[in-house]
Amino acid sequence: MVIAVVLFPLAPAQAHVQRGGATGFTTGFYHPWSGWDHILAMVAVGVWGVQLGRPAIWLLPVTFPVIMSIGGFLGLIGCPLPGTEVGIGLSALLLGLMVAAEARPPLWVAILMVGIFGLYHGHAHGTELPPNEDGLSYSIGFVMATGCLHGVGITLGLVHRWKTGTIVLRIAGMVIALGGAFFTWRAML
Amino acid sequence: MNFFPRPKSRLRRLAFLFFVIGLPARAGAHLVTSGLGPVYDGMEHMLLSPDQWIMVAGLGLLAGLNGAAAGRAALFSFPCAWFAGGGTGHLIHLPLPLLIPGVALLVVGGLVAADLKAGRKIVVAVAVVLGFLQGYLNGVPPGAVDGAPLALLGASVVAFVILALGAGLAVNVEGWRRIVVRVAGSWMAAIGILLLGWTIRKS
Repeated sequence: MVIAVVLFPLAPAQAHVQRGGATGFTTGFYHPWSGWDHILAMVAVGVWGVQLGRPAIWLLPVTFPVIMSIGGFLGLIGCPLPGTEVGIGLSALLLGLMVAAEARPPLWVAILMVGIFGLYHGHAHGTELPPNEDGLSYSIGFVMATGCLHGVGITLGLVHRWKTGTIVLRIAGMVIALGGAFFTWRAML
Repeated sequence: MNFFPRPKSRLRRLAFLFFVIGLPARAGAHLVTSGLGPVYDGMEHMLLSPDQWIMVAGLGLLAGLNGAAAGRAALFSFPCAWFAGGGTGHLIHLPLPLLIPGVALLVVGGLVAADLKAGRKIVVAVAVVLGFLQGYLNGVPPGAVDGAPLALLGASVVAFVILALGAGLAVNVEGWRRIVVRVAGSWMAAIGILLLGWTIRKS
């Protein structure tokens, strides 16, 4: 009762769209969670990093947000990137396949792959960003959410230490690849 | 006098927590007057400007990663440069490019992510340059407010504290803790890149 009474006055009472730091952060934080194509790819990056072990476990999740922000930058300034939606679908497809096959390419190949896909994801976000938001707060939320999604992937990937977990991850990779195939097919229609 | 008595039961503590979280109103970062005087206005301004305190925290991490000596040197050089830059901005009133906060975040975050063994002199040089520029940017707007030097002093004090916390966190860290610090740096760099995009888009 006390919590309910205290929380009640906190409900938004304004009928108009809010502007400012708080809304920018929440909008930015929500954005990477808003589409399964983004979620699958980002979680796959974390899982693949765990499968590859050190230093990929942290290099891949570091590469993705940084290159993604470069893609976001390009989208924000209006620089076009052809085939963005196909690229995003392919990212989930190929990263899912990498997880399913437990592929171990050279580290630079993995980083390059993740970087290219990050560029597509970032560009899509950059072009979709709503006008009149607080850019800084939005960016903070956006980058943090991306990092959280990688964290989810890394956490899920920790089952890799067990034999059953290895199999589960490979099955999860196949599911991600199937999702990616669907999104690629839909983007190409 | 005890203004904030500690609630005893768990339920009351939760209610108190939600109440305190719900209290802060939306706040603008610029030219906010707290009513407590220019020093506290400066402190508030700094704390409500994430582009500034994130950069300062990143600089603290960079200084800490480069060892205790670099941390100590940056700890005192940065607030001094900040104050000097603020004073210069207050006197000159010449606007600088709006891209500076984004570039500063990118540089500091990139250096942290790269775990650059820069040494004390380079860290101090980065601290002085960025401190002066950020201080300058702070010094220009408060020109219209009375007590601007005191506001700059307040902001410098907060910069000192944030930098000390960042450096203290990062000094002598090894293993996965060092990786966490580097990941934080990469996030700062990413935020800086996006901030640059926003700035260009708005202009």
